[in-house]
Amino acid sequence: MRQKGLKSLLVLAFSLFLVLKGTIIFAQEGGHNSPAHNTEKKFNITETILEHVSDSYGWHLWGHTSISLPVMLYTDKGFEVFSSKNLADEHHNPVAYQGKNTYMVNHHTGKVEIVNADGTPNHEEKLYDFSITKNVASLMVSVLVIMFMFLAVARAYKKTGVTSAPKGLQSFLEPVILFVRDDIAKPNIGAKYAKYMPFLLSIFFFVWINNMLGLVPFFPGGANLSGNIAFTMVLAVIVFIVVNVSGNKNYWGHIFWMPGVPVPMKIFLAPIELMGVFTKPISLMIRLFANITAGHILVLALICLVFVFKSMAIAPVSVAFAGFIYLIELLVAFLQAFIFTMLTALYIGMAVEEHHHAEGAHH
Amino acid sequence: MVGSLAAIGAGLAAIGAGIGIGQIGKGATEGIARQPEAANDIRSAMIIAAAFVEAVALFAVVVSFLGLNSGGAA
Amino acid sequence: MIFLELNPLVKPDLGLVVWMTVTFLVVLFVLRKFAWKPILSAIKTREDNINDAIAQAEKVKIEMAQLKNDNEALLVKAREERAALIKEAKETKDKMIAAAKEEAKVQAGKIIADASASIQQQKMAALTDLKNQIGKLVIETSEKVLRKELSNKAEQESYIKTLASEVKLN
Repeated sequence: MRQKGLKSLLVLAFSLFLVLKGTIIFAQEGGHNSPAHNTEKKFNITETILEHVSDSYGWHLWGHTSISLPVMLYTDKGFEVFSSKNLADEHHNPVAYQGKNTYMVNHHTGKVEIVNADGTPNHEEKLYDFSITKNVASLMVSVLVIMFMFLAVARAYKKTGVTSAPKGLQSFLEPVILFVRDDIAKPNIGAKYAKYMPFLLSIFFFVWINNMLGLVPFFPGGANLSGNIAFTMVLAVIVFIVVNVSGNKNYWGHIFWMPGVPVPMKIFLAPIELMGVFTKPISLMIRLFANITAGHILVLALICLVFVFKSMAIAPVSVAFAGFIYLIELLVAFLQAFIFTMLTALYIGMAVEEHHHAEGAHH
Repeated sequence: MVGSLAAIGAGLAAIGAGIGIGQIGKGATEGIARQPEAANDIRSAMIIAAAFVEAVALFAVVVSFLGLNSGGAA
Repeated sequence: MIFLELNPLVKPDLGLVVWMTVTFLVVLFVLRKFAWKPILSAIKTREDNINDAIAQAEKVKIEMAQLKNDNEALLVKAREERAALIKEAKETKDKMIAAAKEEAKVQAGKIIADASASIQQQKMAALTDLKNQIGKLVIETSEKVLRKELSNKAEQESYIKTLASEVKLN
């Protein structure tokens, strides 16, 4: 009974999300096509979708309202911070901002560039961009959510001790934590799993919560953070470091001098195995990035069909499809977090495993 | 032009992924039919394998999408 | 490689990489210290408690079964003991009855013997008395006879005969 209620609540929530998501794009299109801007501008589906899955300097809320985020730049002339509202006019058109240099957002890349007096980009000058962009802000929101959730849960464990049954958030998260431990860490790593549990749990919840936040179509979600290559790259690099630092003699032995095969084979296998060391984290990086970005693009593309066909009649169909994809995306959000964590655990397990059977094969 | 090629690429990737996921589903249902008590293990293995296949398809989709975008942007 | 240069989507953004690295490491260390350690240890403790409780329950169950067996054995033993006791009591009773009977018989015999002895004695006393009486009678008769004899011989004889016939009656 209660589950049924929850289900219908979820359905309601996502229908609402979809309607709002549609509204946001609609409103934005309205902005783009407003007479002051350019009435003749043709609706470009690729550009619209790309704009939604890419990073930006401001956080769009609705219509013409958006949050200005700080732009932080490091150039040869030093460090400077200014608000992102200086980079665009009220119609989201890029304008030049005069700081220590003249800065302007490149229309194609969406990144801040140093421009010359005549407005042409100047690529001679070095520019390091550490801005709090929409993705960085979303990252911080997700960190707050994660910290709040888990510190509260940890407090609940400390307060109620282990004698009482888990309550509330604790009872929701405990099975997930146990799932990570019993279905991800234990079978893949083996006896040494306990050492890697904090890392795996952090990765899992970090990816999962960011995936979910990315699915929320309005503030403070909506940033395509876990579908951003920088996000997945950092996670993959950290996994790469953890795996290779915990690699034992056996692991390196299997890479450089594969036991149980003839010497020419050993020499032949070494570069392949060495390549595998790098392709594993790269595949982690691409997989998460591609899955999440593709999901966002799919939902946006289905919603955009309304504008492509310029007809409201297509709306129910496209919203129904988008809703279906949305539900799949919910599953994917969990699944990708699970797969990322499971493969991490698998790689760690390969790195710390003691290969007794290989010695047996050698004799 | 590039856009059409990208669309064809995405379509080919979808064909590959479709065949792959179909094979996985076939194997999983056969496995479950043969051993209903192992249904849970088979199901989770199926989901993982499907995610791998889907990821490969998505690589292709992303690559074709990049082609689409670079064509559009250039 | 040409795509990497062309598309902003697959070009990792330096700023985001830096922020992400810092943030993730902070999250990892904070959660590790303040969340995962307490949570995992609490879960572990609880699991250990549950396992202990189950083991304890199992042990108690075994103990209970043992106790029940013991009780039953005890009961059987008690029953046997009771039966033995009853048997013994019966035997004792029988023995006592037999002894009492014996005793009674002995007593009765003794009483009878006493009585017969007493009767014998009485009889003997009576006989003695009778003999004494007879003696006395004889002496008296003899005295009388003697007296008479001295006066008449014939008469004496007839008298003796009379007396003798009288005496015969015994």
